[in-house]
Amino acid sequence: MVSLRVYILTRVLLTIPMVFILLSLVFFVMRILPGDPVIAIVGMKASPEHIERLRHELGLDKPLWRQYIDYIAMIMRGDLGRSMIWGKRPVSTEIWDRFPATLELTICAFTVSVLIGLVTGVFASTKPGTKADVGLRLFSIVAYSLFIPLLGMLLQFTLGVKLKLLPVAGRKSPLVQIDRITGLYLLDSLLTLNLVGFVDALRYLLLPSITLGVVLSGVYTRLVRSSMLEVLREDFIRALRARGIPEGQILLRHALKNAFIPVLTMMGLQFSLLLAGAILTETTFSWPGMGTFLLERIEYRDYTTVQGTIVFYALLVAMVSLIVDIIYAYIDPRIRY
Amino acid sequence: MRLIDPLARAIRRYWRVKRVDLALTLTGAIIVAWIIAMAALAPVVAPYDPYVSVDDVLLPPSREHLMGTDNLGRDVFSRILYGSRTVMAVVLASTMLSMGVGTLVGLVSGYFGGLVDRVLSLVMDSIYAFPGLILAIAVAAMLGPGVSNTVVSISIVYIPTYFRMIRGQVLSVKSQLYVEAATALGAPHKVIMLKYILPNVIPVLPVVFSMNVADAVLTEAGLSFLGLGVPAPTPDWGFDLRNGQRNLLAGYWWGSTFPGFMIVLLAVGFSLLGEGLNELISPERR
Repeated sequence: MVSLRVYILTRVLLTIPMVFILLSLVFFVMRILPGDPVIAIVGMKASPEHIERLRHELGLDKPLWRQYIDYIAMIMRGDLGRSMIWGKRPVSTEIWDRFPATLELTICAFTVSVLIGLVTGVFASTKPGTKADVGLRLFSIVAYSLFIPLLGMLLQFTLGVKLKLLPVAGRKSPLVQIDRITGLYLLDSLLTLNLVGFVDALRYLLLPSITLGVVLSGVYTRLVRSSMLEVLREDFIRALRARGIPEGQILLRHALKNAFIPVLTMMGLQFSLLLAGAILTETTFSWPGMGTFLLERIEYRDYTTVQGTIVFYALLVAMVSLIVDIIYAYIDPRIRY
Repeated sequence: MRLIDPLARAIRRYWRVKRVDLALTLTGAIIVAWIIAMAALAPVVAPYDPYVSVDDVLLPPSREHLMGTDNLGRDVFSRILYGSRTVMAVVLASTMLSMGVGTLVGLVSGYFGGLVDRVLSLVMDSIYAFPGLILAIAVAAMLGPGVSNTVVSISIVYIPTYFRMIRGQVLSVKSQLYVEAATALGAPHKVIMLKYILPNVIPVLPVVFSMNVADAVLTEAGLSFLGLGVPAPTPDWGFDLRNGQRNLLAGYWWGSTFPGFMIVLLAVGFSLLGEGLNELISPERR
């Protein structure tokens, strides 16, 4: 157990430089790249006094190193800055409003993609080299290349507009009331025993999460297949077969458990694909999450909010990769060298 | 007979093992070649000017307008043809840019090692960990609209991939005897890097390129779908897809589905080509 603790501690310490670099990267993108944020906000025609005042308000008249220190200090305090419009609302409050929607979408999409990936991957691994295997390989290539907005629109058009089965935009019907506890509608409606709310939220969630889930499932198909094939070649599988254990049980109970480890390590990397994909999904389905929030604020040139949101994404990515690595260390003892 | 037999057998075996990969590569190559031809021949083939209204708005596909007209009465087919130029130009330019920067930085980092290498690797790993599209969005939002700005925003996403590959190669080439010999003879760093190491790491570039380019197509389409790509009147598949969405929900499906399918087709073409080639070149990966 000592080595596990040491591993986790090292991993946490290693996250610090990564967070630092990510924060500096955001700073670099926001301040040093050409393009004056103040001019971008007020336009070319604004009076010099106005520009000067805004520059001072944003702290952009200070030397660059000073701005950098202020920026890092602000984030260290857990402050992501304040909106330049919208009555100077703290960015963290706004993110708090919007993030649950993205979290709910990504969790559901993730579940969809892992489910598809497991079923197709295990199936392909039982029949290597056959037509079905080649077909699934093709599926994994095509799925990844399916442009999220196109798949989303096709689903909207067929299931939403033509068949009128599911809603095509938003997170819930305007008349349905769901009390906010966590901000995850499915969870909140369950906690408040609100069956109508649950069904409604689920109906709205289906198309976006299927869209995002299908596109990301291809990676899992491939990964599950190759790691299953590897495990199936091992001695303990042969021993199980020799003992006459049914093949289905070997596959699902013994092989899959071991094959799952590489899949788990992929989840950290997959998470950033999931976040990026969520932006396209949210835009396609007018989903009120982080992605639509970010784009809205880019359009309004709310410079400070854009910066705060990007910083939030950076912190999120660093944290998730840390958590995935720690879970990994718990599951696979080989990692705790 | 005796001589030919083993050869025939080898070819047959090669065919049996590789026919799927060959088929994938060929399919991908045909798709990509077709779209390149589209881009090259757009002015000759396109029946209408893609920038201006040529007929009534939202006409369904017909003999006059193979893919119908969009919400401004522009011919969708002509816009698709010209759109292939936009996507090809932006994607190729940005991959070339990331290839150049990534190779240079990877070369320096791998060759000199030490603190420089540590810092550069950490920076590149951090960029790599950050969601690509979001990074591109942030850079594009800061740089403002414009073709070259779009190219830069996309290229930043893929620099780390080239960096990692090149750096790894440099590390293994660096310890080769001929490099040590050059060092011992007192060749300057620049000469060793450019003359002895670079030519030996260049072969990995097409591999990385083939793996990245499909992704770059999707990033380009994503950026312009979000309104952060090439500015408006330019025909661009991602933008046209977005533009057609409102009308799609009203039942006018042709304005958005055709550009969308083209994006997927191009991405699939590049993926098949990249994947097939990789399998043919490095069999140990399967």
